[in-house]
Amino acid sequence: MAERKQRSVDPASLEMLDLAAAAEIQTAWDRLDAQKTQCRFGREGLCCRHCFMGPCRVTEDGRGAQQGVCGATADTIVARNLLRHIAAGTAAHSDHGREIVRALLVAAEGKSPVYQIRGRAKLHALADEFGISREGRSDNEIAKELGKLLLDEFGKQDGELVNTRRAPEAQQKNWARSGGVPRGIDREVVTGLHTTTMGVDSDPEHLLLAAARTALTDGWGGSMIGTDVSDVLFGQPHPLRARVNLGVLKKDEVNILVHGHEPTLSDVMVAATRDPALLAEARAKGAKGINLAGICCTANEILMRHGVPIAGNFLQQELALMTGAVDVMLVDVQCVFPALTEFQRCFHTKVISTSPKADFRETLHLPFHEETAWETAKQIVREAIDAFTRREQGKVHIPDIQQGLVAGFTKEVVSEILGGRYRPSYRPLNDAIQAGRIRGVAGVVGCNNPKFPQDECHLAMVKELIRNEVLVVQTGCSAIACGKGGLLTPEAAERYAGKGLQEVCRAVGIPPVLHLGSCVDNSRILTACAEMVAEGGIGDSFDKLPVAGAAPEWMSEKAITIGMYFVASGISVVIGQSLPVEGSQFVVNFLTRTLEKHFGATWAFEPDPVAAARRMIDHIDRKRADLSLPPPMYEVPYAPQHLEAAATA
Amino acid sequence: MSKQVFTQVIRGAHQWVKQAEESLEKALAEYGPGKRIGWDTQTSYSLPMSYSLMGLEVKTLGELKAQVEHARELLKPIPSDELWLPYLGDGLDAGAATMLAQEALVALRTVNGYVTPPGWQGFISDTIMRELGIQLVDGRMPGFALILGPAPSTEIAVRTVRELQKRSILTFLCANREGRTAREQMVEGGVFNDDASLKECWDLYVVPVGPDSLDAIYVLNWSIRSALTFGGHKRGEARKCLDYTKRRIHAFGIAFGEISDDWYAAGAGAILMGYPVISDSTTTPEIRPTGVTVREEIVVQTDYEQLVPTCIDTRAVKVKVEKIDIPVGYAAAFEGERVRKEDMHVQFGYKYSDAVEYVHTADGSEVRDADIQVTGPDFDTVKEGGALPLSVEVLVAGRKMQRDFEGILERQIHRWLSHAMGFMHTGQRDQLWCRVSKKAFAAGLRLRHLGTILHAKIHDEYAGIVDKVAVRISTDPETVRAKAAEARNAFRLRDDRIAGMTDESVDTFYSCTICQSYAPDHVCVITPQRLGLCGAYNWLDGRANFEINPTGPNQPIAKGRTIDVGKGEWEGVNRFVYQYSNHKIERFCAYSLMEAPMTSCGCFECIVAVLPLANGIMIVNREHSAVTPCGMTFGDLASVTGGGAQTPGFVGVGRLYLTSPKFLSADGGAKRIVWMPKGLKNDIRDRLQTEADRIGEPDLVDKIATEEEASTEEEVLAHLEKVGHPALALGPIF
Repeated sequence: MAERKQRSVDPASLEMLDLAAAAEIQTAWDRLDAQKTQCRFGREGLCCRHCFMGPCRVTEDGRGAQQGVCGATADTIVARNLLRHIAAGTAAHSDHGREIVRALLVAAEGKSPVYQIRGRAKLHALADEFGISREGRSDNEIAKELGKLLLDEFGKQDGELVNTRRAPEAQQKNWARSGGVPRGIDREVVTGLHTTTMGVDSDPEHLLLAAARTALTDGWGGSMIGTDVSDVLFGQPHPLRARVNLGVLKKDEVNILVHGHEPTLSDVMVAATRDPALLAEARAKGAKGINLAGICCTANEILMRHGVPIAGNFLQQELALMTGAVDVMLVDVQCVFPALTEFQRCFHTKVISTSPKADFRETLHLPFHEETAWETAKQIVREAIDAFTRREQGKVHIPDIQQGLVAGFTKEVVSEILGGRYRPSYRPLNDAIQAGRIRGVAGVVGCNNPKFPQDECHLAMVKELIRNEVLVVQTGCSAIACGKGGLLTPEAAERYAGKGLQEVCRAVGIPPVLHLGSCVDNSRILTACAEMVAEGGIGDSFDKLPVAGAAPEWMSEKAITIGMYFVASGISVVIGQSLPVEGSQFVVNFLTRTLEKHFGATWAFEPDPVAAARRMIDHIDRKRADLSLPPPMYEVPYAPQHLEAAATA
Repeated sequence: MSKQVFTQVIRGAHQWVKQAEESLEKALAEYGPGKRIGWDTQTSYSLPMSYSLMGLEVKTLGELKAQVEHARELLKPIPSDELWLPYLGDGLDAGAATMLAQEALVALRTVNGYVTPPGWQGFISDTIMRELGIQLVDGRMPGFALILGPAPSTEIAVRTVRELQKRSILTFLCANREGRTAREQMVEGGVFNDDASLKECWDLYVVPVGPDSLDAIYVLNWSIRSALTFGGHKRGEARKCLDYTKRRIHAFGIAFGEISDDWYAAGAGAILMGYPVISDSTTTPEIRPTGVTVREEIVVQTDYEQLVPTCIDTRAVKVKVEKIDIPVGYAAAFEGERVRKEDMHVQFGYKYSDAVEYVHTADGSEVRDADIQVTGPDFDTVKEGGALPLSVEVLVAGRKMQRDFEGILERQIHRWLSHAMGFMHTGQRDQLWCRVSKKAFAAGLRLRHLGTILHAKIHDEYAGIVDKVAVRISTDPETVRAKAAEARNAFRLRDDRIAGMTDESVDTFYSCTICQSYAPDHVCVITPQRLGLCGAYNWLDGRANFEINPTGPNQPIAKGRTIDVGKGEWEGVNRFVYQYSNHKIERFCAYSLMEAPMTSCGCFECIVAVLPLANGIMIVNREHSAVTPCGMTFGDLASVTGGGAQTPGFVGVGRLYLTSPKFLSADGGAKRIVWMPKGLKNDIRDRLQTEADRIGEPDLVDKIATEEEASTEEEVLAHLEKVGHPALALGPIF
């Protein structure tokens, strides 16, 4: 068994892991150990199971077969597998986006009492952007037209994704030149799957550019639509305070945990858990109240809009149930361990699955439909109240660990907090970058992975970045990790940030690390970059901006897709463990070098989070030098490489 | 830290809004909603702040309600002690709320019978705004200062105001501290008398506005009107109005003493308009990151000597030296003036002595503005008709100054100095020849006046990049020798850099669209090897001008992908030209006369035209008035070439481009030149010879016909055949 400190740096997680060990309850870490040495062919992308003359596994080093039965080389197999991963990741985010649009239509058609247009300003902004007339029309009418237009983006057969117009011209040109501007979302996924079936596309370069195009339909398509429409439907986030970590669970209240990704149900759950009648029912059963909290991205969605506390990130889904205090865990789609159902045997917890797409054995399945969301939500609360009465107090163990955070930053919020209602602007941010107070901006995102001590890479990387004057923006489980680590507080600027970044944080009143939402909200990073470009002075295209991305503890196919759409959009990305491509030198080379030629950005693999942070800083410094921007205004612990070189010359 | 500032701002704003609400409620009860309010005899903008920001036309008490309600709506809670939410935006909103509430309060106060006490201005009328405003926005008046409260002593108050007056900066006084005001200090210090009329005060550039902090609103709602009147913005175009004041009105606030909540709130309003606040109190936290204001938002300066210079630096006020204080006349008309030997008092350079002039950048902390130092003997120590060595070293500092701009400034020295009557200046760098006339000497012209001129003119013309200018002049032989050596070193480095610059060595060109005022589709594309067709702007000038004015007529053009290296066609340039020519010109080839040549405005120094029979091109300069071999005069040619149209076979160019290796290189380059006027040939002979040698045609210069050999195309051809001109061996030009 891996050592305790190899498993997590989060004290709440460690406390629960000790408990699990004592109770001999298995967690992801134990199951990882049980895997023993994982398959090298799988890890390096060399295993092909696309037809059943195989499965084939090949190598480049001549120690085994160098081609599959059909003659596919390592290059082809690796590239084909990568495209499949990316198609899957794209499908996940995009299917999520689609559901949100469908909910918008339900709201617009007045078919649900709970869904309403709560983000009017955003609706109007989108209507104007998409050329939808607002003259003399109700919000619902506008929303209906918008919803239909966006829904068409999924099944579109011809033409380009409309959101790609939001990208700077240089990016659009790059796309047109290298493999084409992304078309319909579903179409790219289907085409991607088709071309990777037996005997279709075998040119690794062609496959990889198709992978980039497919990923772009996620970033500029499914995810971006998901974010935009969530803002219209559930309201635009604004900065707010909340609490995070397992300590947010309450001993004397009904605890309902939401876990998964789509805000359509979790947002309704916020209303249901505040419903006076249900609260009365809970009190009648001896509970002091109903406590809603979340895990993973669906939690981020309701954190951003309602300040609902977060119980933990990806690797804490089982640990939360170990507390014995969760009455209902409500799951929808993505990142949900099948293992959760096991906990129902040891604890009173009910796991309720709600997505028609995702059922789990031995759970209560309450398929969720937009039209009946309110009834379903109330039923879930009642199930939780019922479960609460069966809670075994002897088994309850809630770590007394939680941390405050500030969340709720978006592309729109950034300009408001920098200029107020009358002069919203990115100018102060661009000014700070131009002057060298802020060196650049890094997006640190992604998952947990039991191969790395939980949260360690996120925290180490982000601390290294902010102490070197890089402003960090975050989403997903990475944001939750840093939230738990206290980095999403304005006070963290004083404690961890470099002097220039500190000055900016102080002037604006922001944390040095900004929480932008869930993993579909990575699209907010793209639109924020577009704002930075539009404001001017720090590069007229994404690949010129002093910015970088990272996913140090990634594990999901979605993370591969996100990384790829960032790179294809001109933003270089460093990830922790390598992509499953190391079996092909050609593919590694293509991703880490050749893509520069196509998109002005590349992938890099670096498991050491501090070394990875420094690679990002080097990249940012290179971009600054290209823009003739001055070196950092104040002395920095990790000085620009060229300055050091000049000093030693 | 800023949190304390914005806590006080928001707290102050709450107080102002509460006061406005209470006062409005009382007035409504007393006079009813129909009661007229405002200064409609003095302004056509109702209550100017709500008119600009909200688009309201408030004329009655009833209508004022919306203004006060909006102010309330803008208020947010004060930042919490821990885990605070972002407060900058909230603080700026509080500033807006304060301005709206204060404006309501002064209007209500007037309704209630308040009369501005004698000696104080109160509301500032549109008329005054029009009279003074134009000076403020066009830069004649460098800016204005709003002083809050009395200075710690009369002496400091007077000194501060005098420093501002010296720079033609208008000063407003308002607010009091325990009854004491800056106005009293002016009277005590003798700036004006207690019974001074307001007209007198305006003439003195020191205007007492009102004795309360509330009165500060008069200055703000005066200056926002400039966005409406001069900026042409409409009511309710809040963003445009605020951007206008930020960009065009160089105003700042000076707060004397510890800043209270109500002052902070008013200060946030000023900051929202782009005006920084300078405080003399160590308890004031500074806010240095820029972006809301052009430079810092709040700066502390406790050294009163440095108070006004700090204000000027923080607001990036550009000091304007109105009159050049020298004993001789100063005008462009004197540029061509020669000082003959018999009229000369003293001379410098040429073969008579060492003389050098050069401009270099220095760190801001090393340069004291207007510091002019002279070492060595002055004119009066030399015998009439004698010579002295001379070094003129100009040190410039500025946040936007770059080493690349040094040569640009230096090239202007000739123009600047020769505009002084009785001072002859020719040449540049260490190739100078200057003379001072007896008359100028008798009038009192001395060495330090050269410094006076350079200081004034650099500020005047290069305010965008230069903040401080100092001049060191010497006639001491040792010093001059040392300075000359230092300068030559700098020249060499500079030349190497520019000489090494080719069109290939940069990835950005610069546009010039100055002439779009009369040639709306014309876009000049300036490359390192092809200067603007008017001859006035080279690539570095374009770059410098872009730095000086990022939204001006010189914009960077990213070359982008190369389409044809020989013709000089790039994707980025085509895109730029298409966009900036109002979608008229789709292609641009930098090095071709025949294929998609550059458009011409009308300012060209020379016109190049094809001579088909001679298989070459002719060049005619503006000065040549006779008919050329193509059958047209310069004027005739100008009418077919200019106006912004793309006319293959005709193009306007700058003289320097004629000898560039990139001169129409796609069509054969210098080998194609078959005719040019003799005067032009002589002017450019040396450089043309260099190019001729480079292309392996050392006799080319003499083979080119002039008006002496040929005045028709046929005669040109005959001449070419006679001398064996290389153009005849080239492929057909069409």
